[in-house]
Amino acid sequence: MTLEKTAPTMPQGTEEEVVEAKKRLPVWVIYLLPSMLIFILFTIYPFVKTVITSFFATSTTGSLTQFVGLQNYIDLFTNGNYLQSLGTTFLYTILTVPLTVIISLLLAVLSAEDRPGMGVFRTIFSSTMGISVAAGSVFWNLLFHPTAGLLNQVIRWFGGQPIGWLTDTHYAIFAISAVSIWMNIGFSYLVLMGGLKNIDDSHYESVEIVGGGFFYRLRKVTIPLISPSLFFVCTISLINAFQSFGLIDMLTSGGPNNSTNLMVYQLYQDAFVNFRIGSASAQGIILFVLIFLISQLQTKLTERLVTYQ
Amino acid sequence: MSKIEIRDLTKSYDGTLNILEKISLDVEEGEFYVLVGPSGCGKSTLLRIIAGLEKITSGTLKIDGKLANNMLPKDRNLSMVFQNYALYPHMTVKDNILFGLDVKKVPKDEQKRRLDEAAEMLGLTPYLKRKPRELSGGQRQRVALARSVCSQSPICLMDEPLSNLDAKLRGQMRTEIRRLQKKLGLTVIYVTHDQVEAMTMGDRIMVLHGGKIQQTGTPLELYNKPANTFVAGFIGSPQMNLVQAKRVGSTLVLGDSVTLPLSGEEIANLPQGNQWQIGIRAEQIEPASTGTEGVCRVKVVNTEMMGNETQVLFEVGDALFTARWTGQYLISIGSDLAVHLSANDFHFFDAEKGTLIRPALHIKGRAALSA
Repeated sequence: MTLEKTAPTMPQGTEEEVVEAKKRLPVWVIYLLPSMLIFILFTIYPFVKTVITSFFATSTTGSLTQFVGLQNYIDLFTNGNYLQSLGTTFLYTILTVPLTVIISLLLAVLSAEDRPGMGVFRTIFSSTMGISVAAGSVFWNLLFHPTAGLLNQVIRWFGGQPIGWLTDTHYAIFAISAVSIWMNIGFSYLVLMGGLKNIDDSHYESVEIVGGGFFYRLRKVTIPLISPSLFFVCTISLINAFQSFGLIDMLTSGGPNNSTNLMVYQLYQDAFVNFRIGSASAQGIILFVLIFLISQLQTKLTERLVTYQ
Repeated sequence: MSKIEIRDLTKSYDGTLNILEKISLDVEEGEFYVLVGPSGCGKSTLLRIIAGLEKITSGTLKIDGKLANNMLPKDRNLSMVFQNYALYPHMTVKDNILFGLDVKKVPKDEQKRRLDEAAEMLGLTPYLKRKPRELSGGQRQRVALARSVCSQSPICLMDEPLSNLDAKLRGQMRTEIRRLQKKLGLTVIYVTHDQVEAMTMGDRIMVLHGGKIQQTGTPLELYNKPANTFVAGFIGSPQMNLVQAKRVGSTLVLGDSVTLPLSGEEIANLPQGNQWQIGIRAEQIEPASTGTEGVCRVKVVNTEMMGNETQVLFEVGDALFTARWTGQYLISIGSDLAVHLSANDFHFFDAEKGTLIRPALHIKGRAALSA
């Protein structure tokens, strides 16, 4: 049996061929098996297990002790702490996603032209992609340091009062958001740059010939033509924002006074610090549903604006 | 006053290698001017310089008598049709056609009038609400043309607009573009690498090669009196047969292998010297009837049967000659064939420089020309 004959083509043509194709069906299953196994083992199984666990009370080791129905969910939605972390996550998303995308887009547009030295800027703008969350956090921790940090030194130099960037409940979420934007720009920038580079020069030259300015070009040509890349970046950033964990863990551990306690960090605390596996599972499911709904909503809202060539 | 006037224009990107060298041309109002040449000859660069998309290194460019070297593209009052049409995939046909008119502050009702007119002219009225991806190649081409028409710019620059179409559609669009240009009285500068487009569409043609002008003239001037072997080989299909020739007594030896006996009249018409590069058009090689005068024997390499005509390929020294005969000639490959050549039909070029010394004295299907 040759390879091409086993390809999973739709059965077409005469009845004999259809029967023949049905006989061959198991072969493509074999080809799929390795990835199916991994998918089932690491995605489907944990997911199902999480759903089940979320309806149970659990022991500290995670074994199911008693079926409690929706009690885990009810507890969460009546828990002030959890509701606060939900609110914080929304705030964090609203602070980070639009700014990340807008700043990356601006940087990409500014550095898209092929001029001497542009490569240096492109490297700098995309460099945060190569920095791990841990390294970035250490770096920003130094900048944010209340006394020795550069930021406060600058503020003092201008005669201002030093700010407790990561220790003041008013500032911490903004400080974390700034770091997150900084960290995520690299990736967004790179994707948008790829989109920009795909635009044929003649599209810009047409604008030049009719005499459209920078913003006319941006509005009428650039943004619509990279709309698929923009949509991709928005979706990924949104999901990333809801799943943020590393930065919080490294910089604030959810504090001060829970002001940076995002949903995933709360989940982590409940699962691996407080060993409340049942509640953590319920939080996981809530997070999943939330991300699912929001990305669906985003797709519906922007569908009309995205043009695939 | 010429619509577009270029004097001694030179373009270089790095200051040493000239992409265009000492180009001078005049395009008259309402003229269809074709820039033709092989890829990399600088024809697109020249067009883009006229559009203002590239800077001039030296020389002058005047549009409507005004110096335009540093004029912005938008102030040159021209439109451009790109090879890939530059249609915006997110806009409807209507918005694509009207693109740019809002920048030029054309009032809405005027836009509507122009749109209707252009769409009508190009048969696009039923498609105005579609997106470009829902159109065929020919329709997209028409949208690009309609955009040009709508801009009402007196000058239209076209950069290989037909090269993405299939052969049949290309033929149709050639006629359509030509008709549109005549109707609107547009001054068109048209870039192509296809000599058929150049011959059939151009009022005048400029042949470019290696950034230098090879020849400028009407299509027939170029065909009948090519200034050098490059133009001779480039214009006309199948291309002109070219080979080194030298005179030995009362014969002409072609490519060191084929000997052609000459008549007294032919000898009298030979140019100075005794060594040249000669060129002969495929249609001026005849099948030999009787007699020996002007007859030589050649070896057939291939034949191409078109039904209405036969192209016979045969060896002359290192060169491969093509003869084109009306009718169906059944000749077996590898056989010996007697063909009739007349030195009066030869173009004589300088053996080294390749410049024209004497054009052919007879043009097939036309009264004899004076030398």
